[in-house]
This record gives sequence, structure tokens and C-alpha cells, in this order.
Amino acid sequence: MPSLKQLSSEKDLFASGHRACAGCAASIILRQVALVAGKNTVFVGATGCMEVVSTIFPYTAWKVPFLHNAFENSAATASGIESIYRSLKKRGKITKKINVIAFGGDGGTYDIGFQSLSGAMERRHNMLYLCYNNEAYMNTGIQRSSATPYGAHTTTSPAGTVIPGKQQFPKDLTEAIAAHDIPYLAQAAPHNWADFTKKVEKALSIEGPTFINVLSACPLGWVYPTHLSIKISKLAAETCFWPLYEVENGIHKINFRPKEKKPLLEWIKLQGRFRHLLSEHNKHIIEEAQKEVDRKWDRLLKMAEAKI
Amino acid sequence: MKKIVVAKTGNEAMAEAMRQINPDVVAAYPITPATEVVQIFSGFVADGRVDTEFVPAESEHSALSACVGAAAAGGRVMTSTASQGLALMHEVLFIAAGLRLPIVICEVNRALAGPINIHCDHSDTMASRDSGWLQIYSENSQEAYDNTIQAMKIAEKVFLPAIVSVDAFIISHSMERLEILPDDEVRSFIGEHRKPYDLLDIAHPITLGGLDLQDYFFEHKRQEIEAMKEAKTAVIEVGKEFGEKFGTSYGFFEEYRMDGADIAIIALGSTAGTSKVVVDTLRAKGMKVGLFKIRVFRPFAFEEIKKSLEHIKAIGVLDRADGMSSIGGPVFHEIRSSLYESEKRPFITNYIYGLGGRDIFPKDIETVYRELNEIAEKDEVKNLINYIGVRE
Repeated sequence: MPSLKQLSSEKDLFASGHRACAGCAASIILRQVALVAGKNTVFVGATGCMEVVSTIFPYTAWKVPFLHNAFENSAATASGIESIYRSLKKRGKITKKINVIAFGGDGGTYDIGFQSLSGAMERRHNMLYLCYNNEAYMNTGIQRSSATPYGAHTTTSPAGTVIPGKQQFPKDLTEAIAAHDIPYLAQAAPHNWADFTKKVEKALSIEGPTFINVLSACPLGWVYPTHLSIKISKLAAETCFWPLYEVENGIHKINFRPKEKKPLLEWIKLQGRFRHLLSEHNKHIIEEAQKEVDRKWDRLLKMAEAKI
Repeated sequence: MKKIVVAKTGNEAMAEAMRQINPDVVAAYPITPATEVVQIFSGFVADGRVDTEFVPAESEHSALSACVGAAAAGGRVMTSTASQGLALMHEVLFIAAGLRLPIVICEVNRALAGPINIHCDHSDTMASRDSGWLQIYSENSQEAYDNTIQAMKIAEKVFLPAIVSVDAFIISHSMERLEILPDDEVRSFIGEHRKPYDLLDIAHPITLGGLDLQDYFFEHKRQEIEAMKEAKTAVIEVGKEFGEKFGTSYGFFEEYRMDGADIAIIALGSTAGTSKVVVDTLRAKGMKVGLFKIRVFRPFAFEEIKKSLEHIKAIGVLDRADGMSSIGGPVFHEIRSSLYESEKRPFITNYIYGLGGRDIFPKDIETVYRELNEIAEKDEVKNLINYIGVRE
């Protein structure tokens, strides 16, 4: 895989000048993906923050072919591109290898686009699907999604006087995709660029459908100062809220094991969306959230140990 | 040229046309009564009779989404659906047209729920009439076949997608005589694939489907409107060329015994066939009746229709869908609008019929002609909107 020095000397394919917020992790993620994937790549983006900030006509941040169709169908759209590519390749009309990468936020992936993604994975299209998971519908103004953490304030799960934020734990999409028995999938986060870019490279080298779920810190929706995106991303991994792991041919492998698992509170207390949880009478919510993180981390450890 | 004469249903006829067109990608999801089209076509794929990559999508929404991806990446692309399937595609219909992708849908006209029903009416395609797709209605299997071939060529001429439709069960499942053209003739008629874009041309990267705001959206839509106007020319050119090569010419509409007619019925699809029988019967009795069959509903041939119909005294528009506007069906509105500027505006009444597959019989059509006759004689319309064969 290329070194950081090599990557930084490459010409950006997701160019500067896009209109993402200061501190937006998703734009860092796409820039890293585009650098690793290279120019022989077609991107399909779901409706969402990244489509909006990168493609306002007549401008585009994309120096590679890019298609936006709708919100819930980037995987299905990419499956069409992959099919025509396969058709042309079979008939010798195209010879070079072209990557097909579809992406969406957690709205376009966990929720409205879940069926389309599931279908594309099951049909075994040779494509990478990448979810930039900023844990809420940020593009429409921070509404809850099935990826929103327990207790988080969003505009549709507000921290009210009776109900203190979101009442459900997030959907484990990574494991839901693992249940599709695709050859490769992973969880990643942009603070660990080496781990992330390696995963992208690996996913693109594998024949068949691959999936990467990337945690994407959002200063606006998570409510923190813009310079903290990478720190918060790192803490998500160190608290084991967002384990960095991969599943290759059905076998779970943990890519980062913190020497000392930090308490979830350290991640929570930096974010305004959890501010209401810091009061005494909401203490139990943090405890429950911590318990859930522990349960899932233990489960992951066991799976990795058992090589399943 | 040797045509092969076979007996085929409407679905089989459309699947056969698809095989001859040999698209690069077909992405589809089965739905009654269009299921056979997808089924037969996947058989062609399984037997290596086409070069097509078949994407068995998990829904119609994804099927058309995959079609959009494949067409944007430079492929010749087709699909098939009906009713709820077309409704599920609705969002993507506008996107395919807005991105100017020449996709063809072989559609079977089935009532939209609710209540749920699987039989014929035109509520599905009529609900899609403003989506920017060409709409070509077929009277029988032969037309379904001929229209599918022409639609592909027209779509690629103007870079707009097209729907070719047949009436559920009445045509989709009825065995009829069909003349099939030789494969190579069909392929040479349609010609080399004309693609608006090629996302796989990575040396020339483009961004497609980007966010288009107040400053450009309208211009892009204006161009789409212009393309639909140009489609009128393309429909005529392709229909004429088809006639020169294969013997049957096609236009926007078919005028059946309209010469010297005082009264006329307007119909789409299979009901046109039933009406022709009635016209013959009444003509034999000395009544000056005619049938005006609309083949192409989008683009709508306003001027041409006006010219053809303004001398008629009374017109009955048969609508197999009600627009739920409280004042009649979609064809009725378009016809009345076409004749608004005519100096001798005919009387125009509306007959809603056949919803959810309710049969229409020759005697029903005869009743319409008799009512039109009365209107023409008395210069008076009693009921503007009428419903045929419904209990009330």
C-alpha cells in the first residue's frame, strides 16, 4: 500500500473547493478513498451531504466520473454501471480494470437505501460500497437515523423534559452486511488513515461485493469545535464504541485493540449532542450505553478469538 | 425479406423484440401481468441468445436505478414492468428523463391500487405522463412488437426514455398472429447504439446528476422540453422508415374510417380494436362514424389532432383511467385542450370505462356512438362525463 508521503504527493481526485463544513470528516474520507482508488474509478453518490457539497452545477469536486441518481439507490445504480462494465469486458470492448464505488451517508445506507444495498450485495456485483456514517440525517438538519447512538439529541429525537434523546441503540449495519456473506467488509474511521486506506485497497483488490462502514464525525450534528473531528474519531475507537475491524471470508479480525479501553464518557463528554446526559438524573443512560458497548466489544473479541 | 409468422401473446411479442434489440443491460423485477416479459428474457440470457447482462433487481425502484447507472455508463438498456412496479419506479422515471437517458420500458397497463387489482386500466401510465418519458400505446401484439423496436430508435434519437405499453391480459396474455422480422433487419433498423454519456470513459470524467439549483435547473428542464418537442419529428420519421422497410407505417394516431365521419370515438390500446368492429357495423347501417386511435400520448400531437378532429361534430373520449380531478380523465382533458382554439369546436364528452379490467363490449361502444349521434343532432350535451358499465 502507498505511504502517507506517496498519498500526499498524489493529485487529489476529490478536489478542494467543495462546500463541506469546516471539520467535516466525510470530506476527508472521500479524499482518502479517491486517492487510493485512483483515476480508473467510477463513483456513485447517494443524495446527502457529500453529493450536495461536491457537485453543485456547474462545478464539481470530482476529477473521476461521478453519478448521482437519488437518495436510496446508489448501490442499485452502481450495480447497473458494474453490469455494463462486465458486459463490455466480456465482449472485449473494454480492457482496463475499472473500480465501481458507491457511497452514501447513514441515511442513504442504514435506512432508506438498505434494501438497495442488500440487493446489490446479494447479487454479487463487483463493487465497493462505502458508508460515511455521521450518525444522523445531517443534510436535512440533524434528524435521527437508525445509526444515531442511544441517548443522542437530534432534531427528531430531541432531549426533552420527558424523553432524553434517542431511545434506541443503533442498528449494527456492519454485522447485517456480514450476514450477506460477502468476501470482505470492514469498519474504519478517518483518524487511522493507514488502517482505512489499507481496507479500501484490499476491498478494491477483491472480486465481488465489498463494504466499508466509516465513522464520520460531524461538528455540526455532534456539536463540538471543528478542530476536534480527528480526536473524536480516535476516541470512538479507543472507547470501543466504534471498533476498527474487518470480516474477510466470514472471519472477524480486530485491527485495533486499545491497550486500555477508555470509558465511553470520554467520547460522550466532548459532544454537545450528549450534553443532557451529563446531568445526574440521566446518568443511567450513559451506564446503559456503556454496558451495550461492553457487550458488543466482548462479542467481537470472542468472534475474533474463535476465528468466526 | 422473410417475415416469420407465429402466434404470440403481447408479452411474448415484447420479449421477442427485446431479444432482437439485444440490449447491453436489462435490469428488471417481475410483476403481474408483465412477469412473462422478464421470465422469457431471462431464458434468452440463460441460453446465450443475447449478449445482455441481466440484473435481477430486488425491486422495480432498484431495477430502474440500475438501468440509469447502466445507461449513464454508455449501455443500451431496457426493462419491463406494470402498475405498482411503474409506481415504485416513479421517482426514478423523472431522473432517467432529466438525465436524458434513452431507456425503454415494456409496460403492461394494470390498475393501480387501491383496492388492489391486477387487471387492465391505464391509471399506471397516466400517472407517469408528466415524467418526461415518451408513451406509446399498443392495440395488439403486433403493435407491441413494432412499437418496442421503434421506441428504442426514437429514444436514442432524442435522448429521452420511452414506455411502450399493452393492455393487461387483454393483450399481454392473448395469443395473436404476429409477424416477426429477421434479427439482422431489426438490428440494422435500430442502428448503432447512440449514447448521451459514457461514465466508463475514464479519460474524460464527467459529473452527472449533480445538484442543480435556481441558476441552471430551469435551463436543463427547458432543454428536456425541447427534446420532447423534437420527439414528435422522431416519432414520425421512425414510423415512416419502419413502414418503408417493413410495410406498416406508424404515426401519432390512426384514423379508422374517419373520412366523412360526423361523430368519432377516441380510444387507446385494445379498445381501439373493439371499436373498429363497431365502426364497421354502424357504417354498414349508414351511420357516419369513425375511430381515432391515439398511439403516441407523449409527446402529445396537439396541432395534428386539432387538424384531424375539428370538423367532427361530436367526439366521445374513452378514458381507461380517471384523473381524480372530479372532471374526467386525462385523454379527455388533452383532447379538449387541443380543440380549444378551433373555430368549429366539436362537442367533446368523456366516457370513463374499464377500470380494474371491467370488460367493455361492442354494445357499450355502440351506445356511445348513439349518444354522440344524439348530441350532434340536437346540438346539446346532456352528460359531459359518463361512466360505462359501472353499477351506481
